[in-house]
Amino acid sequence: MVALVQSETTVQTPGALTAARALLRRELLLAWRRRNDALFPVLYAIIVTALFPFALGPEPQLLARVSGGVLLVTVLLAMLPTLESMFRGDLEDGSLEQMLLAPQPLALLALARIAGYWLSTTLPLIVVAPLLALLLHLPLDVLPVLLAALLLATPLLALLGAVLAALTAATRRSAILLALMLLPLAVPVVIFAAGAVAAAQSGLPHSAPLLWLAAALVLALVLAPLACAAALRIAVET
Amino acid sequence: MSRSYLPHWVHWLGSPPNFYRFAGALRPWLFWSTLVLGAIGLYGGLVLAPSDYQQGDAYRIIFIHVPCAWMSLFAYGCMAAAALIALVWRIKLAEVIAMECAPVGAAFTFVTLVTGSLWGKPMWGTWWTWDARLTSELVLLFLYFGVIGLFNAIEDRRRAARAASLLALVGIVNLPIVHYSVVWWNTLHQGSTVNLFGQSHISADMLWPLLLMALATHLYFFASVLNRARVGLLAVEGGKDWARGLVAESANA
Repeated sequence: MVALVQSETTVQTPGALTAARALLRRELLLAWRRRNDALFPVLYAIIVTALFPFALGPEPQLLARVSGGVLLVTVLLAMLPTLESMFRGDLEDGSLEQMLLAPQPLALLALARIAGYWLSTTLPLIVVAPLLALLLHLPLDVLPVLLAALLLATPLLALLGAVLAALTAATRRSAILLALMLLPLAVPVVIFAAGAVAAAQSGLPHSAPLLWLAAALVLALVLAPLACAAALRIAVET
Repeated sequence: MSRSYLPHWVHWLGSPPNFYRFAGALRPWLFWSTLVLGAIGLYGGLVLAPSDYQQGDAYRIIFIHVPCAWMSLFAYGCMAAAALIALVWRIKLAEVIAMECAPVGAAFTFVTLVTGSLWGKPMWGTWWTWDARLTSELVLLFLYFGVIGLFNAIEDRRRAARAASLLALVGIVNLPIVHYSVVWWNTLHQGSTVNLFGQSHISADMLWPLLLMALATHLYFFASVLNRARVGLLAVEGGKDWARGLVAESANA
């Protein structure tokens, strides 16, 4: 009898990958239903980028020289407000507790959640990045390097940010706190991503910083979901 | 029955009332030896040690700057070790100690940055340069601020300590990455223009005050953390009998 009940529950429990896929699908569906929200980071990035020529002057040479760094910092800043509310909704409507109680490993579910965040919030920023780069006169042949740097740097930032967002999930008005915690951790990401763009701009080999970024991304893909799961447990436990 | 591999006194000291009394008894010894060693070290450094042939008397800030720089890293190491113990074994005392290390470490980091910039003005002609060492120290200060800020942002003291402990551990994984990436960044752009440790052979007249000052700052760190941990323990354990008993004692005295 006991064996029968056990086998029944094991049959009913979906596998870890199925659960992660379902969570990712839910995340993308929610993002699609509120697709206007995805526009806000993009608008924010456009506005910040448009302010730089006013502040620095419209000289194309100067703008081209700083464009890589400006774009990376802009994308990082545009991610901050959305990162802050990453787990807020889940905590308030109780679905975070369901994730914690689920038999599937929490780290994997957190990874699915982060992947959903990256696809829904950060990908639009990368799509609009070439337009912003043109506004700042970034040379066209450097554009692929910029996109590669963004494609490697933004998931890394999302993974780091998710750990911190999980830590601050239970606090009110944590936007500044999140920035304070994330910016020191983001220093290497900014250095290597902007370094790759700057190297490409001055005609130097740029593969080394991109490979460093890729290595850091692989490391973060393994470690960050575990830290994120631990942080979620601390945020929810009473 | 689970067997403990730790000596008995570790368990004894882990209990908040015992630790409170132990730290209270240790406190005057630590503070007085800090004062005595610091006074001797400062006298040796500021008066007895000869001037540097290149930097003149301006180098004497080394006796404050270098011990503080060592302590800024040492304090982070202590905080991370206590944070690991707090997260793995859920020991209340380790949570308190990890959180009390952060403000002391931040203060040491701040003093390091200020004395470094005071030193940099006559030596390099600038208050600040984006040298790898300086930038890493600045990032370290922000890591401390993050830990302190997170600890203060969460209402529940124990949960706040556990969350901030996790952040401290994330920080210690990240700190070497930050340091080496900053070294890489600076050498890419302008090469190393400033080498803080150009003089690898320090004269013995300068070495002993420096080591004495390092010892004094260590003692001060322990004294300060133990002192703060006593207060932190009282705040966490406010409702317990031993804490109430202490209040009653001091009220009667």
